[in-house]
Amino acid sequence: MSARIRVPELAKRGEAVEIRTLLEHLNESGWRRDEEGKIYPRRIVTTFVCTYGGAEVIRGDLKRGISRNPYFSFWLRAEESGELVFRWEDEGGAVFEEKARLEVV
Amino acid sequence: MKKRGSGIGGATRRRFVAGAAAGAAAVAVAAPVLLRAGGAGATGADLEAAIRAITKGVRPREDRVKVDAPPLAETGTAVPVTVTVESPMTEQDRVSAIHILLEANPEPEAGRFTLGPRCGKAEVATRVRMFAAQKVYGLAAMSDGTFWIGSIHVEVTLAACVEMDVR
Repeated sequence: MSARIRVPELAKRGEAVEIRTLLEHLNESGWRRDEEGKIYPRRIVTTFVCTYGGAEVIRGDLKRGISRNPYFSFWLRAEESGELVFRWEDEGGAVFEEKARLEVV
Repeated sequence: MKKRGSGIGGATRRRFVAGAAAGAAAVAVAAPVLLRAGGAGATGADLEAAIRAITKGVRPREDRVKVDAPPLAETGTAVPVTVTVESPMTEQDRVSAIHILLEANPEPEAGRFTLGPRCGKAEVATRVRMFAAQKVYGLAAMSDGTFWIGSIHVEVTLAACVEMDVR
């Protein structure tokens, strides 16, 4: 499992910048069956959170309708240089974390 | 009022059948596959109930939410959806959450995105699983307690339910 993040390196103060994220994860819905008809056990990503300088930018509470390799993009208002932390949790208890730095000029 | 809002989930069944019929053998195949998957898709009633649960009975209004998605998706496994809400996103007047709902899925709500004050624009994009050709809804909860809704219809070329096994 790994995450791909796209964050601009530089942003102007007050500017809204687009953040794109993708977590490699099967995000099994429990709807899928193998050739013998056996259900692949459900294990979805239930939470996605992005924080910026410790404050929550966006929080996703996710259900089975989100596709495999969950992709999210959203907009952040750049205020000051700081660290962005991305965190995903799945219902099996796994936690994935990724960080990026945004320089604000 | 635009047509899209007049029948939230109103014609779900008809639309589903029409969508499935688009692929020749799909109708015959679709039903058993769907049953195998643990029940048919959501009904209009499921969608209405999901919306009511979110809005606590407040009727969502229209025009401030735009949902973008390809009008035609090849498969239903990962359909890109963008929900954009008209909002100044100031401290006093902002979108607090965006919900994405799929009227023909067994579980209509796909996700809720809570937007913090650092969110620069009331826009969220993701990719969703679609069980059939259907409407995708974006439902926005505003800081003033109002709710706004918009939708787009997405056709699925290969009946998505037939493709259950690649989900």
